[in-house]
Amino acid sequence: MSPSGAELLRQVKSQIEEVDPSEVNELVGEGVTIVDVRGSEEFATGHIPGAKSVPRGHLETRIESVAPDRSAELILYCASGARSAYAARTLQEDLGYERVRSMTGGITLWKDRGYEVEVPRSLSAEQRERYSRHLLIPEIGVEGQQKLLDAKVLLLGAGGLGSPTALYLAAAGVGTLGIVDDDDVDLSNLQRQVIHSTQRIGIPKVDSAEESIHALNPDVNVVKYQTRIDASNIMEIIEGYDVIVDGVDNFPTRYLLNDASVRLKIPVVSASILGFDGQLSVFKPYEGPCYRCLFREPPPAELAPSCGANGVLGVLPGTMGLLQATEVVKLILEIGEPAIGRLLLYDALGATLTEVKVHRDPDCPICSREPAEIRDEELGVFPDYEAFCAAAG
Amino acid sequence: MATVKIPPVLRASVGGEKEVGASGENVGEVLRDLASSHPATQDQLFSAEGELNRYVNVYLNDEDVRVLNGLDTAVGEGDTLVILPAMAGG
Repeated sequence: MSPSGAELLRQVKSQIEEVDPSEVNELVGEGVTIVDVRGSEEFATGHIPGAKSVPRGHLETRIESVAPDRSAELILYCASGARSAYAARTLQEDLGYERVRSMTGGITLWKDRGYEVEVPRSLSAEQRERYSRHLLIPEIGVEGQQKLLDAKVLLLGAGGLGSPTALYLAAAGVGTLGIVDDDDVDLSNLQRQVIHSTQRIGIPKVDSAEESIHALNPDVNVVKYQTRIDASNIMEIIEGYDVIVDGVDNFPTRYLLNDASVRLKIPVVSASILGFDGQLSVFKPYEGPCYRCLFREPPPAELAPSCGANGVLGVLPGTMGLLQATEVVKLILEIGEPAIGRLLLYDALGATLTEVKVHRDPDCPICSREPAEIRDEELGVFPDYEAFCAAAG
Repeated sequence: MATVKIPPVLRASVGGEKEVGASGENVGEVLRDLASSHPATQDQLFSAEGELNRYVNVYLNDEDVRVLNGLDTAVGEGDTLVILPAMAGG
């Protein structure tokens, strides 16, 4: 005769290890993986601090993303201790987890004992729908989406690189996008600057970009800076941003941005393009090299052609801008391996992506020193700066 | 013979090639061989004093020669040198 539900539960519990909430309470924040196997709606009403949500219905397919090591300690819980017991048996018997335990009494007993419950901030129904494909990814989920919504990203330039970056960051739900650009939309921009449109030729790029961003995602707060960034305004503009996207078209601004961002310890996702070639790296102050560690000084003007003068394949800034957007999202979510200490080289004609190592320069004029030692008058200065700017016009 | 990868801004100086072969026991010799075969690269790679220009980065395979032995870094058969100036296009 088949067992009753209650008998089956008793049998299952006899085959697994259980743990009392008091012991789990001691283990919170100690590096033990705690998994909530309830449904995502139940998880959203409150969970054990730091617990990961893996609904029992998705257990077999998603557990590895939160617990890749089968020999690591794992604690499962649900509402009362039944679903987590079944889940523990599955992980133990079918997936080979060696140290899995189910918490007795579930979160109901946990709450009765007065232990801490973390209530995640919730997304609106519309946000749940809009970001549903993010919410399905265990590395993002509601918590990650909330980080994106809270993030402030500054885009230097709403041109070739800035266009795709801005559009995809807006679509991803980055809550605040600052855009610095003093140009107006020109017909010659439209071969690659996809955030603008033929109808908007002649209007400021920051206004055009804002219109496209809001059409895509009205949630995004756009902060417009219709100005050219220089030593007098850079500190004021970039302060308070979490990540800066460098897509500017000239060396003086790249060095200026580097120095100011090192001083404020803001990571910069930097890319540059020319012809059929692109370069990309992430400069995270004091954790990796800075732009000056990589390029100690800019090349002379004759070896530093601009896209305006030498041309660029229209799709190339799309490729490079989206690599930048990807790095920005990774930095915000703190996932993956950002391109820190690496320079990625994309050759569109060869269809190759190679990389070289970038090291911190112990003699770097900027990042070898403490932020407080970097003075205003040093920002963006390099040897022959005056001559460079004069030659560059 | 080592392979030298030529960045876009220098390709006109080597007849439009993306990579060329050059000989030498170390990085300095390979680059000087390149400059003697393609004289237009001389001033772009080296200063009047014969030093590598500070705005040119050179990598042996994927490693910056500055953290190796600079121009004295030994180059083997089949190694690749990457010449990389900064680009600023956006």
